Parts: sequence; structure tokens; C-alpha cells
Amino acid sequence: MSPASEESKGTIRVLQLYPRDMNIYGDWGNALVLQQRLRWHGYTPELLEYNVGDDFPADVDLIVGGGGQDSGQLVIQDDLLSRESTLKELAEGGTPMLLICGLYQLFGRFFKTRTGSVIPGIGVLDVETHGTDERLIGNVTVSSPEFGDILGYENHSGQTTLGPGVQPLGTTSKGTGNNSSDGKEGARYRNIVASYLHGSLLPKNPAIADFLIRTAVERKYGSFTAGTPDDRYAVMAREHAARRPR
Amino acid sequence: MLYFSVPLGKLVRRVSRLRGGGSALPGLVVEKVDPGFMQRTLSTLPLGVAVVSGTNGKTTTTKMVVELLESQGLKVFTNRTGSNFTRGVAAALLGDVDWRGRLDADIAVLELDEAHAVHFVNRVPPRYSLLLNVLRDQLDRFGEIDKTAQLLQHIASKTTGTVVLNREDPRVARIADTLDGPEVRYFGLDDSLLSTFPNDDDLRAGPGSPAPALPAKPHADVVLRRVGTDDADFEYDGATVTTGMKLRGVYNIFNAAAALVLARCIAGNGAAPTDHGGLLKALSEVAPAFGRGESLVVDGLPLDLVLVKNPSGFRLGLKSFPAGGYATMVAINDNYADGRDMSWLWDVEFDSLREGGVDQLSGSRAYDMALRLQYDEVAIGAVNPEIAPALAAFIQGAKDKPKRIFCTYTAMLAIRRELSKITTVEVVS
Ligand SMILES: [Zn+2]
Repeated sequence: MSPASEESKGTIRVLQLYPRDMNIYGDWGNALVLQQRLRWHGYTPELLEYNVGDDFPADVDLIVGGGGQDSGQLVIQDDLLSRESTLKELAEGGTPMLLICGLYQLFGRFFKTRTGSVIPGIGVLDVETHGTDERLIGNVTVSSPEFGDILGYENHSGQTTLGPGVQPLGTTSKGTGNNSSDGKEGARYRNIVASYLHGSLLPKNPAIADFLIRTAVERKYGSFTAGTPDDRYAVMAREHAARRPR
Repeated sequence: MLYFSVPLGKLVRRVSRLRGGGSALPGLVVEKVDPGFMQRTLSTLPLGVAVVSGTNGKTTTTKMVVELLESQGLKVFTNRTGSNFTRGVAAALLGDVDWRGRLDADIAVLELDEAHAVHFVNRVPPRYSLLLNVLRDQLDRFGEIDKTAQLLQHIASKTTGTVVLNREDPRVARIADTLDGPEVRYFGLDDSLLSTFPNDDDLRAGPGSPAPALPAKPHADVVLRRVGTDDADFEYDGATVTTGMKLRGVYNIFNAAAALVLARCIAGNGAAPTDHGGLLKALSEVAPAFGRGESLVVDGLPLDLVLVKNPSGFRLGLKSFPAGGYATMVAINDNYADGRDMSWLWDVEFDSLREGGVDQLSGSRAYDMALRLQYDEVAIGAVNPEIAPALAAFIQGAKDKPKRIFCTYTAMLAIRRELSKITTVEVVS
């Protein structure tokens, strides 16, 4: 697909976490955007998958994980806990990660359901989530000091509160975000971006995609030289999305 | 009370018609005055009530069942209006009952929206139910696919006679395990056609991540074996029959298998023996329900409108209507009736459009669609969120080519309106 004549500046291994069970609301779009933008920046993407029971691949440069149905979360729960030390090590070591919705919650300390049962998370992020009867649905605009305006769509009934160990991704100017009380959305920790926004998140927010890519490349090759992706449609899609009702 | 509710309701219906009002008001009035009206009227039907539910294809399937039963000489009451379900049914009943509240029909066949399912079946337990599929359509309204499956399970559990299930949709097929009252029957698909029906669970189950092995499939009363350009093969009673089809698209024709199973159950339990020739003839003549995709003629060349409203529907649309030789337009709106969430566009692969490109994009989310196509390396002609000028440019630019427009529901309504303004529209099916 990419012109074979151009010399690749290097290979980046992108791992999708549980694409079989945690892949909803266009999560695939995030993996596709990373893959294509790596090409457009002149690098070669290598897309890997990790599903329940697989061997965990070595030399992973970037991790992306999505949301799922309640049933999907139950399927991966034990497997995820068995990978706690591996994923913690990668996170603490600075591996860039994008975690959406369900995996955002499960990378936190715990998810307490409405009925009071506690699903333990792997505690990479200092956040906790409580199931509620209220479903937060609709278009969202977040203003982030790091990435500017972030546009997306939320659909969740778990409400997340951040501990002192993480920063919010931004402040919502439309929509709800982490919970219905503090006006914050998502979490930032080391090179992890966690968020409730799907839609997918990355296509309309190339600044976040490029942050993940740049970080992965710099960690592996020492420096990153950007290509020139054509972001005309992204710019227009952002403008139009921002004007849509909640 | 009982004596006055029907004449009163009919009067309100007549007045609100005169004033150009919708169908819900008379239904509302009769519900208020006589809350038992719908239940009582439907309970007098000799063959009871059949409901059709699922996320995709309810309207066209309901229409098929009705036409199939009519071919067997049955009088069928159905809900043709799309307004608030219970009130809509009450209003439609008002139109069909005589002044003393009697309904001259053998059976009611009702399209049941998941949102109204529980309320309705608790009041009127159906004798038959046909459950089509659980696709990612209503997600942003109901939250979760599993919840939709639970709604369908509830319909099945309230069914007193026969439940007809889609053997190929695991969430629907699994409902059988939860039932001990009703009889269960299935419709099915030939293995060779399964690949045109990826379910949402299989979305990313590519090489390297084998999906869990399927348990043995139950016997299906009717199996769709083959789909041609204007005909199809169905297998039942141990034989394969070929019939012409006006319906386009594999998914519509798969639902024809569903309609056949239900119609055969109902007719078989009814007075007359089933007339199979009559069923097939009726099936070959079914046209899509209004607003569910259709073939028009513009400037002497075909223009297909293909309704797309969720990832499975869009994927099926792309597979069922190959792009070769056609000019293509895509119109994506995000009004409430379309669903506000655009994430579903990222669960569709658009490689099949790469060769010919897309001539025109439109709708309130035209640029989301452009972005999606850009990431699949599909060339884009023009983008204009305004539907009227976009449609005019599309027709002007592809005068000598057959045309195809993939559109969401409200975009389809706008396109039909515009088409009737700028050209003579001849409906061919
Ligand atoms: Zn989500």
C-alpha cells in the first residue's frame, strides 16, 4: 500500500489489546489511524494483537486498547490480571498507550458495580470507577492543555474519579466525561492517554495520534522526524463535529 | 365506557385527519378513555398476534410476512404507521375496527420496536414471534448489545405458540436455551453465504485470533442457499426451490427466509393447507418497504438508494451492491433518527470502493465520512454537507452512469424529496 521505493525510517510495533473481546464503537479506527499515520510519517507499522490466552509479544512500542460489552470485560478480566506486572512495567518504563472506555476502567484500581461487587483492575492508573444507573451519552468537547480541543463521543455508565497519581486529560466544555460531577475527562499518566471518548478518538484528534507515535519513535530511535500527513478532512470533520448538538 | 371509546376514538381520528394531524392523537385518546382497547381488540383475532423484532430489517420483513399470509387468503391487520408504537397500533386498530369495535381480520402481524417490546408483550402476549438479529444499531439509545438481546429474550419468553429464531446470530439463537414454553423454529443461511454476514463479534477476529468454535447448528425450517441478481434458492422440506426476487441485497433476502418460516407456521396452523406455490409467488413480488432502500430511474438510468444505519448494514450494502460501473455517493446524517454516534463508520471496511472511488459525499457528517475514506485510501470527488447541491452535482457529474447512493435514514428522506424536485422519479421496485 505504501510506496515501496521510499526508505522506511524504522519499524514501530503497535499492540492491540484484546481486539476480540474489547472492540466496540469504532475502536479499530484507533489502530488503523496509528498504522496509517506511521506510514505517512515515513515509518513502517507492525500491527500485533493480544487476546486472552495468547503469549504476550516482546518489543512492543505502542499499545492501544478499547472498550467492550459487560460480557467482554468478564471474558478478559482474569487474563488481564495475569498480565498486571508486564503492563505495569511497560507503563512505568514510558511505553505510550491509548486506553479507551472499558480498558481505561480496568487499568484503574477497581470497578465497583451497581450491585456492590468489586472487579479488581491492574492499578496502572490511580483511578477508581463506580457503576451507576445513569448512562452518559453524547457528543463531547474537551479542552486539553496538551492537545487543544479534543472531540469525541461518550457512552458509559461507569463513573471514574481520579486519584492524586494521575492528571485529567482535560476539562469538558460539552458533555460529561469521567463522571457527572467534576467536569474532567480522561486521565494522563507518563505516556498513557486514557479516555471515555470513542468515535474513534484518534481520527479527529491527530494531535493525540502524533503524540503517541512521536513518543514511540523517540523511545526506540532517539529522535522523530515528522512526515506531512494531509489533515484537511480531519480539520473539517472537527469543525463540523464541534457544532453538532450534544 | 366500553361503548363510547371506539366511536369517540374514531371521531378523534377523523377530526385529526381533517386537520392533517398525526396518527398518535386518536390512539392517545382511546388509550386514556379505554386502556384495555388494544388488548381486548387484538385478543379477538382467531389466529392471534405475531410480532417481528430485531435491530435490522423489521419493516421489510413485516411487510413480507403480511403479503405471504395474504397470499394464503388470510386477512391480516398490521401497523403501517411508524409513530409511537402502542398508540400507533391503537390508532391503526381504530381505523380498521367497525363502530362496535370488531376487527375483521384473522391475525395481526406487528413490527415491534425494541424500545416498546417489553411494555407491549406484557400486555398482549403474542402467539408467534420472529426475532431477526441483534446488530449494533440502537447502541447509543440502549447502551449495550447484550441488553437488546435481553429485550428479544423477553419477547420470546412471553410468546405462547411459536418463536422463530435466526440460527446464524449467536445472540438470537441462544435465546432458545432460555425457553421451555413455546415451540422454537429457525431460519438459516448456507455456509457459503455466511461470510457476507460478519457479526459484530467477528469484526476483528482476523488471522491469529481464532473465534471460539461454533456448536452444531440446529435444523432450520428454511435455509437461504444462494442469491442471484434477481432470484434466490431456498431449501425447505428437503428440496431446493428457486424463485425470482424483487428485493435487492443479501440481507433482505435472508429475512425472506425468516418470513417464510413464520408464514408457513401460521398458515400451517390455520384453516387451509399451505399453498407453497402461492407463497413463493407472493415472495417474488415483495418490494422493499418505503424508506428502506429502493431502485429509481433518473435520466433513464438506475439510481439505487441503499439505506445504511449501522456497521453490519453498511458492510452488507457494500457486499450486496458491488461498486463496478456505478457512480457512488455517500450521505451520512447524525440526526436523532440516524443515531448521533459516528463510531460505526470505523467498523466498516471500504476497500471495495477503492477502485472506483466515491464521487460525492454529503450529510451533516460528510467530513467524518471523508476522513474515514481517507484512512482506507479511497479517492474522494467532492464533499458538501448540504444534500440538495451535493445531489444535483452528483447527478450532473455522472449523467451517463448508473448511480448508487448509500445513505442514513434522514439523508434518504431528504434525497427522495430533492429527487422528486429535480427529475421525474420512476419507482421500479
Ligand atoms: Zn465506550
